[in-house]
Amino acid sequence: MTLNGWLQILVFCGILIILVKPLGAYMTRVFSGERTFLSPVLAPVERGLYTLAGTNEREEQHWTAYAFALLMFNLAGFLMLYGILRFQYVLPFNPAGMSAVGPDLSFNTAISFVANTNWQSYGGESTMSYFSQMVGLAVQNFVSSATGMAIAIGLIRAFARASGKSIGNFWVDMTRATLYILLPICIVLTLVYVYLGVPQTFGAYVRATTLEGAQQTIALGPVASQLAIKMLGTNGGGFFNANSAHPFENPDSISNMLQMLSIFAIGAAFTNVFGRMVGNQRQGWAILSAMGILFIIGVAVVYWAEASGNPIMHSLGLQGANMEGKEVRFGIVMSSLFAVITTAASCGAVNAMHGSFTALGGLIPLINMQLGEVIVGGVGAGFYGIILFIIIAIFVAGLMVGRTPEYLGKKIEAKEMKMAVLAILCLPLAMLGFTAIATVLPSAVSSIGTAGPHGFSEILYAYTSAAANNGSAFGGLSANTPWFNTTLGLGMLMGRFLVIVPALAIAGSLIGKKRVPTSAGTFPTDSGLFVGLLVGTILIVGGLTFLPSLALGPVVEHLVMIAGQTF
Amino acid sequence: MSRANSASILDSRIVLPAVGSAFTKLNPRTLAKNPVMFVVATVSALTSVLFLRDLVTGSDDLGFSFQINLWLWFTVLFANFAEAVAEGRGKAQADSLRKARTETQAKLLSNANGTDYRQVPGTSLKVGDVVLVEAGDIIPSDGEVIEGVASVNEAAITGESAPVIRESGGDRSAVTGGTQVLSDWIRVRITAAAGSTFIDRMISLVEGAERQKTPNEIALNILLAGMTLIFVLATATIPSFAFYAGGSIPIIVLVALFVTLIPTTIGALLSAIGIAGMDRLVRFNVLAMSGRAVEAAGDVDTLLLDKTGTITLGNRQATEFRPAKGVTEQELADAAQLASLADETPEGRSIVVLAKEKYAIRARDMQNLHATFVPFTAQTRMSGVDLDGSSIRKGAVDAVLKYVRLGHVAGGASASEGSIKEVEAIASDIARVGGTPLAVARDGKLLGVIYLKDIVKGGIRERFTELRKMGIRTVMITGDNPMTAAAIAAEAGVDDFLAQATPENKLQLIREEQAKGKLVAMCGDGTNDAPALAQADVGVAMNTGTVAAREAGNMVDLDSDPTKLIEIVEIGKQLLMTRGALTTFSIANDIAKYFAIIPAMFLSLYPELGVLNIMGLSNPQSAILSAIIFNALIIIALIPLSLRGVKYRAVGAGALLSRNLLIYGLGGIIVPFIGIKAIDVVITALGLA
Repeated sequence: MTLNGWLQILVFCGILIILVKPLGAYMTRVFSGERTFLSPVLAPVERGLYTLAGTNEREEQHWTAYAFALLMFNLAGFLMLYGILRFQYVLPFNPAGMSAVGPDLSFNTAISFVANTNWQSYGGESTMSYFSQMVGLAVQNFVSSATGMAIAIGLIRAFARASGKSIGNFWVDMTRATLYILLPICIVLTLVYVYLGVPQTFGAYVRATTLEGAQQTIALGPVASQLAIKMLGTNGGGFFNANSAHPFENPDSISNMLQMLSIFAIGAAFTNVFGRMVGNQRQGWAILSAMGILFIIGVAVVYWAEASGNPIMHSLGLQGANMEGKEVRFGIVMSSLFAVITTAASCGAVNAMHGSFTALGGLIPLINMQLGEVIVGGVGAGFYGIILFIIIAIFVAGLMVGRTPEYLGKKIEAKEMKMAVLAILCLPLAMLGFTAIATVLPSAVSSIGTAGPHGFSEILYAYTSAAANNGSAFGGLSANTPWFNTTLGLGMLMGRFLVIVPALAIAGSLIGKKRVPTSAGTFPTDSGLFVGLLVGTILIVGGLTFLPSLALGPVVEHLVMIAGQTF
Repeated sequence: MSRANSASILDSRIVLPAVGSAFTKLNPRTLAKNPVMFVVATVSALTSVLFLRDLVTGSDDLGFSFQINLWLWFTVLFANFAEAVAEGRGKAQADSLRKARTETQAKLLSNANGTDYRQVPGTSLKVGDVVLVEAGDIIPSDGEVIEGVASVNEAAITGESAPVIRESGGDRSAVTGGTQVLSDWIRVRITAAAGSTFIDRMISLVEGAERQKTPNEIALNILLAGMTLIFVLATATIPSFAFYAGGSIPIIVLVALFVTLIPTTIGALLSAIGIAGMDRLVRFNVLAMSGRAVEAAGDVDTLLLDKTGTITLGNRQATEFRPAKGVTEQELADAAQLASLADETPEGRSIVVLAKEKYAIRARDMQNLHATFVPFTAQTRMSGVDLDGSSIRKGAVDAVLKYVRLGHVAGGASASEGSIKEVEAIASDIARVGGTPLAVARDGKLLGVIYLKDIVKGGIRERFTELRKMGIRTVMITGDNPMTAAAIAAEAGVDDFLAQATPENKLQLIREEQAKGKLVAMCGDGTNDAPALAQADVGVAMNTGTVAAREAGNMVDLDSDPTKLIEIVEIGKQLLMTRGALTTFSIANDIAKYFAIIPAMFLSLYPELGVLNIMGLSNPQSAILSAIIFNALIIIALIPLSLRGVKYRAVGAGALLSRNLLIYGLGGIIVPFIGIKAIDVVITALGLA
């Protein structure tokens, strides 16, 4: 580790913190339906869309109607995307002449993009037509993030409003998220990426003759526009198979920094939106601080592990850090930082191969996802994820101050507890359950790339990534098999929708509750104590479940490596 | 008010039967009420069957799996034992209460003023009967003292052996059936029929057989059940992982890991905590009609407290005579004393006493003066005396002024406007400092004003400061005018006051507070209070109060001490805190248990994982055994705490939480590391593993 390295990490954190307030203020205005500086241009478009769809923007929905609209919209998105992938060979913008995507891969990919996961069992440049990329995948990249934001906003309203029945209008929230937040930022980012050298073309792949005289196909396409939403919407599905390690998808350190900031920007700003809407920005900062603590711990461990390198290599005289699977233009710091960010949020884009990290370096991304990606987390998803942990933390702590637990004046009772527990339960169910089946299934085990604990980590990582809706892969695992495509698809569905519905149910229950005024007897949720409590709860309630699996994966791999054994 | 006997938590009279019921509670239907312990019992049964199979087929490590089985069952039994002990304390009380109820004989008086009585069984008494209770007698049923003063031993219901005084008239007139008169005698009018007395209600309550789970308990149970399910996933997936690593894990070890990870500590003690909370109230002489009310008490935001009896001493006392111009203090004192001679109210008596002590005016005999007493009525709001040819009146200033203005007394001089103004000025001076002015007039002439002072109870100001720290707002309710109320409120340090309170505006105040989302507690005794008591979230009716009030409230205070509202709130908070603290402790324990079991469990697969054995436990079997033994013993160790409750301190929520987090959170992480290591040392020394 070097001072320079830490300075780079500090620069990232600094810029992010500066972004939180203005972006939070803007998003608050958007979701409150207030005028913004983009309203003159976008308001007519917004009204036009509502007129077209027959939506009354003033009409709010009960949580069940909200959830139903959301589920139907996602179902429609899934069917459309599945259709596009199956029929891409007859659809336009297919200069490379890609054939139809297979049924299990289409199923997996469609779920993957609808669920904001972007797990890719395929290589983009060798499987997808430009039409599939732009009309199929990119559309879902936008609306799946907007869906996440809509849920988070619904939940925020439950705390912000003194009382009521409806949590908002899903169609309006989703439209505003896309139109006012995702679209404008993506347009700007696309132009910047193009300036930095990212291709943006409908032209065919270029054939080049190398110096050695060999023929090489250089894949191109509308990369910049795909890239912008892939990062901003914490989707992570790369245009190219190599994702953000590919020079066309991440040319230099500036684009790398921009990409990392895009992953966290909206998620971090959501804490501020929350603070503003509940009338105390400190509440938002407290949540962001808890996230920040967990994030910095993760970064420190990965950076340390990667910078320390591999003792087996050292003993062979190969001194230095672990550069395996990393791009030289990013180096140890930017690769470590990127890995932590992409797994802390539900992005899953990578600029280095996580499977090539040291055992402990790979442990942190795994833990980040197992905790449910609540460290800033996916767009909207991270926020409603951490609210679930807050509910549990507040419940236990609230009892300890001798009152019925309440968060921001809303009482946490049996119903909220039931829903929070249900949502938290589905992650270990999908992550550990599928891993347990796959590790005893010979056909599944044959997909792994490396024997021993590392192979175990590959499978665990795959299901963890799917259920957490991350989408990054550990590498090594050949996941494009009917078994993995199907079960990973199911894992993504469980991790997404079995959390969304309880989260909305909590919103629906809380919004009807009268707000209890705060007093000296109320536990202050904007204090350092609360931050510590939240961090502890996330680690103990979210993390302890996975300890046995981690012990048999990365932990034992690390210990074995120290002992000098490799696999 | 005995909290002294909570020290004898593990009394052998309670412990021995509890051991028995620990076994009878193994009935699956009883266990099913507690999800965590039901799961433990189920897996224990499973491993017992496996053990029996191994016993027949023969296998290694029979000794080890026998011990694990044993401790698994102990875990369930200890949980049952904890509940049985909590119930046992109630049962022991119920038994002695029942004895008091059945064995009494009553001396039924044939007429209320007579002395003829006949012996009848206590259970045959009807409401309205009047009985004589003499020294050594047991009071046959609930009632009100209508004559006499006696010292009464109420140990049967309160456990407090120091006698209390019960007397006719005033705050201490209610007596409870089953208590014993120690000295003197009293006549008691029976107010409760057989079967519905306080003791009957108390018996059904302290036995707690049909105890309903409170809302918070339900929510906590959901969390515990959820955590149990999470750990089902964590342990049920291990065999596959081990298979991948090329080995296998014995079922008994998996079960041991599972049982130690799930929140057995809080699961085992949860119902004991609830029962003990109710029990604490009972010991405090407060009868809560439901557990929900106790929990609500912990949440109270606003306390409505009656001024009289709670904030001030019940009786206002005359402290000064302020004569009008041209009247001497002596003259005023003399008239005031005459007017008060027949006035039996404490205020009246204090006027007589003040006149005697300060102006040496001896009390005179009414008979000799040929005086007729004019009693106080709600219409005149005055009382006084008519002597030969002269009449003296004292009363509320406006009432007396109205009286003199009308020139009621024939031949009496009408009061001058000047003296009226003067008396009004004196009265408002007194009111401004929180006193109550009483005007005195003789034959239509205003003599002056008596200054009645409210004496604020010692230490009450500190209590309100504590309440403020707890985040509870206090509102003083008084019939006084706003000026007087403000002065007393300032002196006592309450946050707000409601002056000139009527039942309507009391109810209105409660509704307003509730509309703001606040929980309101109040106490009351009169029939007037019934609507407000019913509206309040926590309504404490005084035992001396009317039947209507008692039925409207959700708690009854046997001592009729309104100050207790404060303690009730503390008991409610304590109940919630104890649950939270033990939940935190239980969850925090898991870290150490993982460090004991994981290296032990996976050592055969990957010897390198031995590094995780940071406690240096002697061998894998001993590690697993130590964890499960610790898990069982901690239940026993925490029974006293769960019965006693976590100590409540009146500090802010933040300070309270950091303290409890430090003790039960950090303590919960550290204690098992030490405990498991210690057990490991012992069982290794004993050669058990």
